Amino acid sequence: MNIIVCVKHVPDTEAAIKPLPDGSGVATDGLNYVLNPYDEFAVEEAIRIKESGGDSTVTVITVGPEDATKSLRTAIAMGADEGIHLKDPAFLETDAQGTAAILSEAVKTLPYDLILCGKQAVDDDCAQVGPALAERLGIPNVSVVTRMSIESGKVVAHSELEGATQVLECTLPAVLTAQKGLNEPRYPKLPMIMKAKRKEIKILDAAALGMSPEDVAPKAKRLSVSTPPPRRAGRVLEGDVAEVVKETVRLLKEEAKVL
Amino acid sequence: MAAEIWTVVEMRDGEVRIPTLEVLGACRRIGDAVGAKVALVLAGKDAEPAGREAAARGADILYLIEHEELAAYRTEPFAKAIADLAAEKKPNAILLPATSQGKDLAPRLAARLGTGLASDCIEADTDSAGVLTFTRPIYAGKVLEKISIPEARPQMATLRPKIFAPGEADPGRQPEVVKVAADLSPDVLGKTVKETIKASTGRVELTEADFIVSGGRGMKEPDQFKILEELADTLGVAVGASRAAVDAGWRDHQDQVGQTGKTVTPTLYIACGISGAIQHLAGMSSAKCIVAVNKDPEAPIFKVADYGIVGDLFEVVPALKNALKETQA
Amino acid sequence: MDFKLSEEQEILRETIRDFAKNEIAPVAAEMDAEAKFPRDIVMKLGELGFMGMMVPGEYGGSELDCVAYTIALEEISKACASTGVTVSVQNSLVCQPLLDHGSEDQKQKYLAPLASGKHLGAFSLTEPEAGSDVANVQTTAVLDGDHYVVNGTKIFVTTGGDADTILLFVSTDRAKKSKGMSALILEKDTPGFSLGKKEDKMGMRASNTYELVLENARIPKENLLGQEGEGIKIGLKALDGGRVGIAAQAVGIAQAALEASVEYSKQRKQFGKAICEFQSIQWMLADMATETDAARLLVWHAADLKDRGLRYTKEAAMAKLFASETAMRTAIKAVQILGGYGYMKDYPVERNFRDAKLTEIYEGTSEIQRLVIAASLLR
Repeated sequence: MNIIVCVKHVPDTEAAIKPLPDGSGVATDGLNYVLNPYDEFAVEEAIRIKESGGDSTVTVITVGPEDATKSLRTAIAMGADEGIHLKDPAFLETDAQGTAAILSEAVKTLPYDLILCGKQAVDDDCAQVGPALAERLGIPNVSVVTRMSIESGKVVAHSELEGATQVLECTLPAVLTAQKGLNEPRYPKLPMIMKAKRKEIKILDAAALGMSPEDVAPKAKRLSVSTPPPRRAGRVLEGDVAEVVKETVRLLKEEAKVL
Repeated sequence: MAAEIWTVVEMRDGEVRIPTLEVLGACRRIGDAVGAKVALVLAGKDAEPAGREAAARGADILYLIEHEELAAYRTEPFAKAIADLAAEKKPNAILLPATSQGKDLAPRLAARLGTGLASDCIEADTDSAGVLTFTRPIYAGKVLEKISIPEARPQMATLRPKIFAPGEADPGRQPEVVKVAADLSPDVLGKTVKETIKASTGRVELTEADFIVSGGRGMKEPDQFKILEELADTLGVAVGASRAAVDAGWRDHQDQVGQTGKTVTPTLYIACGISGAIQHLAGMSSAKCIVAVNKDPEAPIFKVADYGIVGDLFEVVPALKNALKETQA
Repeated sequence: MDFKLSEEQEILRETIRDFAKNEIAPVAAEMDAEAKFPRDIVMKLGELGFMGMMVPGEYGGSELDCVAYTIALEEISKACASTGVTVSVQNSLVCQPLLDHGSEDQKQKYLAPLASGKHLGAFSLTEPEAGSDVANVQTTAVLDGDHYVVNGTKIFVTTGGDADTILLFVSTDRAKKSKGMSALILEKDTPGFSLGKKEDKMGMRASNTYELVLENARIPKENLLGQEGEGIKIGLKALDGGRVGIAAQAVGIAQAALEASVEYSKQRKQFGKAICEFQSIQWMLADMATETDAARLLVWHAADLKDRGLRYTKEAAMAKLFASETAMRTAIKAVQILGGYGYMKDYPVERNFRDAKLTEIYEGTSEIQRLVIAASLLR
């Protein structure tokens, strides 16, 4: 089975994120970048499918700047076989739909039975690439998957809805986006981290994919970035439990008017 | 042809869900500002009465696309049916609720239409020409981004639930109902819905809840969540958890509020034994009113709480339950 | 001169940092309170390749360079210094000497289980009368046919209570003093070998520290590591490498104390503002951060020299000296910054304080390190 996993190199969720002084974007200097947490679930699932038997290959692919190779190597250290880096200055400004277009041009040229992505990237939080990629490849997609199994050429997936879980069956190939809880991603073993260093990563630019600047120009354009307005500081109550509780309830009723 | 602004309907169990009405409300306000017509687009089957009722809350047009293949929601046939209509009617904008379904359908639809999509927006404004500007949280809400789709058409966006005021019923407005035939071959793209498993708690789902009570590491053990459940049952609300509680195996990750969990926008959020790590705040800081209960006066959550109670939650929470029960009586 | 970490060093650091955050940090205080050996954690670290980090792949190791090794040790120790010293001893004081001096048979037999973490190792040199004065080892080993008969008492053996493989330093010829010392590989179930007292320590409490008793213990002569008389050379060479490990551990402790202090000072309000806004606190934090960074660079320098195959005795001693004293100074300041709360076991800095002290003592006291450095200057 040929499994492709789309991954993104993103700032660590612990990072303090601030806008640039001119508000044109986010200050990225000094941020620590890692493999997108949701993509870790996707990579882990792909590797588990490979380990469960049969002859499978896991290829990880990313659209990203120079440093994104680190996330590809992290995935390879976990157990992925091949890495592809879609790298071009023209790709740096594109939007989520553009990323899906770029990925589809590369994926189109590869054999694939299953494509896995994380449900969203923790930087832009768009959650678009999975379904958009599926549309461009003309294959079905299942979003926000918490459980999946491959059974005779089909995938059965549990997709999270509000207050419910939908069980869907889909022919392969298909695109599935991974949700937290799909699995517990492994820590890469040290020898594998060292081995991943030596793995050759294929690099493709816009020309190699036959894409012009217009093809990858963002359709959704960022105008500005700002910090959210701070929440007004509230009131802290201490003291006798019964009195504090009584006062809180009174405030909720009369001041906040939420009861 | 007058410009049209579309709201795509999401149904569950034969009813139009509230987030759809919120998007309709936003579209109505935009439509009024630019003089565009607002259309409700309902892809489904046997849904006309529900569609009419929803359309009466602000739509000028109800496009009813009914087909066997649309009886239950699936991404692929819905994307095709709506895209086909969009190719014909050329709306200025298509907006959907940023619900699970909306976030699944919108990107596929945008790709099909070759247009741009602004996800999970908390503000949507328009200029006089009908070019929309959206504000959306990024980096789990640590910063806000303003974006627009200047050239590609239709402009597309998903709107975060519980932020926009729902459309008001307008007896003076009679939406025009347009029945649309869909060109869908059976089993478009091989996906079938095998079953839908409802969550077992019977409580309101977190992202739609008005009141949430949440527990963190301070609960000390899984069994102690019982006291939160009792408080929740008193108020008829949802129970959430911080990542610490979920990672410890005390609560299901479906209950997790925070950056790698759910983003919630309740009217009242009561955080018990939760320190207030940035990642948790990312999930609940848009709550209208936050109450925090923690024994540590230095806990970061007190910086965002409207009302903070420093104390032993095992004393405070039961006392809160009783006090709230009394106000309800 | 490139101080930037390589890509694989960054991936390594993130992996072990995540592991430490998720698996070690949450239980560190409990392990300290109960003096509970982190066996499960150590097993998991073994599976991931952290118990034989610099061992070649043919023996089941991870083939890391020494700089990468120090990065890993720092992250582990930041979460739990006891786990850090356990890992450091296994890597530097057991795996490394076996690699450097072991026969092929010995390497095949002992190295693989140690590198995978299935077996735990210990290094046993210290005795009641031999601390800094290592040549004063009085445990005797007399060849009797195919076995050495060993008699003596060893103390302060890290992981002594759980070790499967112990590097035991004995005297095979008392007349020759230090040149009469030898190193033997002692297996756990050796007849005549028993555990004595388990020490009740100020800090590093999750690391178990034992007295070992040898009463006519019979160790096969194939278990001689290197040659008779090479014991002191083997021991001191191991301690050079161990020094770099302990220095990394100390940096981890300092970093933990620093991070706890920064976070606390941002949240703690007194006199109407966060205490981090007061100069006195800022100056303390600045000193803590500067010294911790400096210590880390000394560690990396020593590790880098070792990786290049160059002499690093002086640099290792400097790193160990400075990092351990930095850990102590930083931990003291951390307790002071956290004030009353810093004195309570609810906060981790008092544990950093208790753990830091040992780094100034073991694997060569600060006094010995100073002698080593001076000797190198005055050569």
